[in-house]
Amino acid sequence: MFKLVENRNEKGEQLSIVFCQTVSELMNDDEKLVFIDSDLASPSGSSLIEKAHPDRFINVGIAEANMVGVASGLSIEGFKPFIHSFAPFASRRVFDQIYLSGAYAKTTINVYGSDPGFAVGPNGGTHTSFEDVALYRTIPNAIIVDPADVTQLKCAVRQAASEEGIKYIRINRKAVRNVYEPGSKFVFGKGTVVKEGSDVLVITSGQILSDALDAAEELETKGVSVEVLDMYTIKPLDVDLILSEVEGKKAVVTFENHSIIGGLGSAVAEVLAENNVNVLFKRHGVTDRFGQVGTADFLQVEYNLTSKDLVKTIESLL
Amino acid sequence: MNEIKNLKLLAAKIRLDVLEMLMHRGYGHLGGSMSIVELFAVLYGKHLNVDPKNPNKEDRDMVVLSKGHAGPAWYSALAEMGYFPKEVLLTLNDGGTILPSHPDRNLTPGVDATTGSLGQGTSIAAGIATGQKFKGKNAYTYLIVGDGELNEGQCWEAFMYISQKKLNNCIVIIDDNKRQLDGYTKDIINHYDLKTKMESFGFKTVRVDGSDVKAIDSAITELKAVKDQAVCIVLDTIKGQGIKYFEDMFSNHSVKFNNESINQAADEAVEKLKAYIAKEEA
Repeated sequence: MFKLVENRNEKGEQLSIVFCQTVSELMNDDEKLVFIDSDLASPSGSSLIEKAHPDRFINVGIAEANMVGVASGLSIEGFKPFIHSFAPFASRRVFDQIYLSGAYAKTTINVYGSDPGFAVGPNGGTHTSFEDVALYRTIPNAIIVDPADVTQLKCAVRQAASEEGIKYIRINRKAVRNVYEPGSKFVFGKGTVVKEGSDVLVITSGQILSDALDAAEELETKGVSVEVLDMYTIKPLDVDLILSEVEGKKAVVTFENHSIIGGLGSAVAEVLAENNVNVLFKRHGVTDRFGQVGTADFLQVEYNLTSKDLVKTIESLL
Repeated sequence: MNEIKNLKLLAAKIRLDVLEMLMHRGYGHLGGSMSIVELFAVLYGKHLNVDPKNPNKEDRDMVVLSKGHAGPAWYSALAEMGYFPKEVLLTLNDGGTILPSHPDRNLTPGVDATTGSLGQGTSIAAGIATGQKFKGKNAYTYLIVGDGELNEGQCWEAFMYISQKKLNNCIVIIDDNKRQLDGYTKDIINHYDLKTKMESFGFKTVRVDGSDVKAIDSAITELKAVKDQAVCIVLDTIKGQGIKYFEDMFSNHSVKFNNESINQAADEAVEKLKAYIAKEEA
């Protein structure tokens, strides 16, 4: 069940603080929860956990591979670790460790990957991940969560803390626009139709859900009815929802803060192709490119991820 | 005295099991399995707080075989301790076996860590030892890591962590058998003096003859008493240890039992080990 906020231009609290505050609150009642950071406690917000729960906070230093292994070992001892690094280092750099010490060994690790895609801002190309979702999608049973705002992030952290296995939660550390009212509920594997529409189906996730809704509203004024689907978890993908909502639509567009290779767009393309859905289809996201330096706003424009860009793509299809 | 005799006897049984399982399979990681046979005999014969009838007992000591390719040595020790019937050893690497080439915590009773991608076990052991401390357990984690494996940077990340957190309950054991897959470690990636190196990383380190059960036992006993410091044993071993023919074979990382000379040497070693065991048990 969910309810949309009235003012979608308002930003919520800083997501890094929301993430760590939620974990810290859960740690009050669950002694199995542990938080591990990799010399990023200040940027990630986890210094608040270190303060509240010094006995279950670990700083491994700048050693992400070791961080994943330590988390795996803690899981073997019955703990439920959260770990943090910037999204590229929480995915690309530790892929084999997450794959083997994590998923293959059937341990529980909750991964907080911060500042994915254009959210990286001035940290630039070395710190950019346009491929984190693609990597995690290939890991059997891994769950990939791309929360849109504060309310959805709180749900994600709470569910991750209560379940076994590998969960990857990618979020901007900064404040993003609110979409959902507090108290809205989301579960892994279930998408949400945020806005009904009859001509075009837009499937998106993460903070650019707000931009997708802006685009849909702009197109309404031009006589194009756009439905917006929020794919809260990219894995497991809500295949049933995609197939039911695509019915009767003239076109489907995926919109992602990620490479169009291997991410949400690829996942939806596979569903449409394998179910013989004959519909106009376009993956709108980062084309085959590396990241670069700039503000997040600059990068969102540079990689064509604004609502205006999405409007153009949809118009070009019709 | 009897204790040392028994540990030597257990080592002989483990060595025989390893040889027979690899001969049955026709191939396998012989060199690195043989070099830690005496270590496993001392661990399972004396030091480990484990219960083969209850492999998951809460306060157990844990073993992490980071050099996962030496799985056959571990499986043999587990079978000798009664974790599963010895016949199971002959299923090594069969489809559906509980004994895969590299250890899997979800398949084999007594195996707590999945290893094989070298370096990763070091961090897993560090995490287990951290968890044991968090719970206030009086339990140890024995991390067995290869000298060739030390090429992997993750080992050094884990060692720095173990030292920084003073995980004295994580007993790091480096199997210094001086060879890796392609040849001598000194010719491929020289790790230089491991005792000096580990001491510079903050570990209390002892170097012992890895074929001497008494020396291994003493070293473990000494290091278990250390408080507030990370500890390490550099085990001076020979790849292929205990069987002269295989010790002398240059490329003994993975041995194929596919020619007369090898098969004859293996048969002779089996007979010799069986005769020793029979004599000791008489």
